[in-house]
Amino acid sequence: MMLTMRREELACRQMVELVTDYLEGALPRRDRKRFDRHLRGCPNCTAYLEQMRTTIAETGRLTPDDLTPEARDEFTRLFRSWTGTGGSDDSGSGGDAPG
Amino acid sequence: MEAAETDAELLTRIRDGDESAFLALVTRYNGSLQRVARTFVPNEAVAEEVVQDTWIGVVRGVDRFEGRSSFKTWLFRILVNRARTAGVREHRHDTFDPTEPAVPPDRFDPSGAWAQPLAPWESDVDDRLVAASWGPSLMAALDELPERQRDVVFLRDVEGLSSDDVCDVLGVTEGNQRVLLHRGRSRLRAALESELTARGR
Repeated sequence: MMLTMRREELACRQMVELVTDYLEGALPRRDRKRFDRHLRGCPNCTAYLEQMRTTIAETGRLTPDDLTPEARDEFTRLFRSWTGTGGSDDSGSGGDAPG
Repeated sequence: MEAAETDAELLTRIRDGDESAFLALVTRYNGSLQRVARTFVPNEAVAEEVVQDTWIGVVRGVDRFEGRSSFKTWLFRILVNRARTAGVREHRHDTFDPTEPAVPPDRFDPSGAWAQPLAPWESDVDDRLVAASWGPSLMAALDELPERQRDVVFLRDVEGLSSDDVCDVLGVTEGNQRVLLHRGRSRLRAALESELTARGR
């Protein structure tokens, strides 16, 4: 351990810019240690990190718009024209009837 | 209740010309495709064409898809390629300030420490009712992100692609991807914070 090489402590203002690199595991080992050390002594930055994690988790729960019935019909029609089905071949119109 | 079929299972059925499998896949991804397409092209109508074109690509290419990448990555790669072709070739530049701080400077004292205490949100967000009502504000904040940030946050955090896959799909470097992700997530956090502050009053 080379204590003489140890750089000064991170400020909160720097912490908030490193938080993504930290969560992505992209911080060099030494910076990660400085980050962790700061966290241990700083409830505000610990809270900030938690807020970021909450933000990410909430974003992951977003669900983009559902398909409208019109769009569904349109895609059905398109699929038939793309695949050349929809005629009267022996596969019938729906071999799949989930219960 | 049966578990939802995996993408791979649906693809197998699509290869056999199964319409319901195709519709299941479209239902799963169409909204996301539309949102990402929209960041490349001038309006919703063009985005819709790009998305439709992407689905044609899926149906035509399904036999050649070997499953080396995840289906999702393949799908978004097709989309972005088509969107680039259809879109303004020269992509509109984001108003992207690389020095934009994650948190406004006035939130810190001269030493760089937080000027006001910060609290975690868990207790608020864990409340089901509150959490359910966050969606619209969060989606609105996401829609307001500069386009490249929006693409990265959408693919990473909404769709759950890995950083490698996002770099592949969008053709950005890992470092650039991380910067965009950082700016985007920081803005979303700020949006939720102000939402929470407004509600608390």
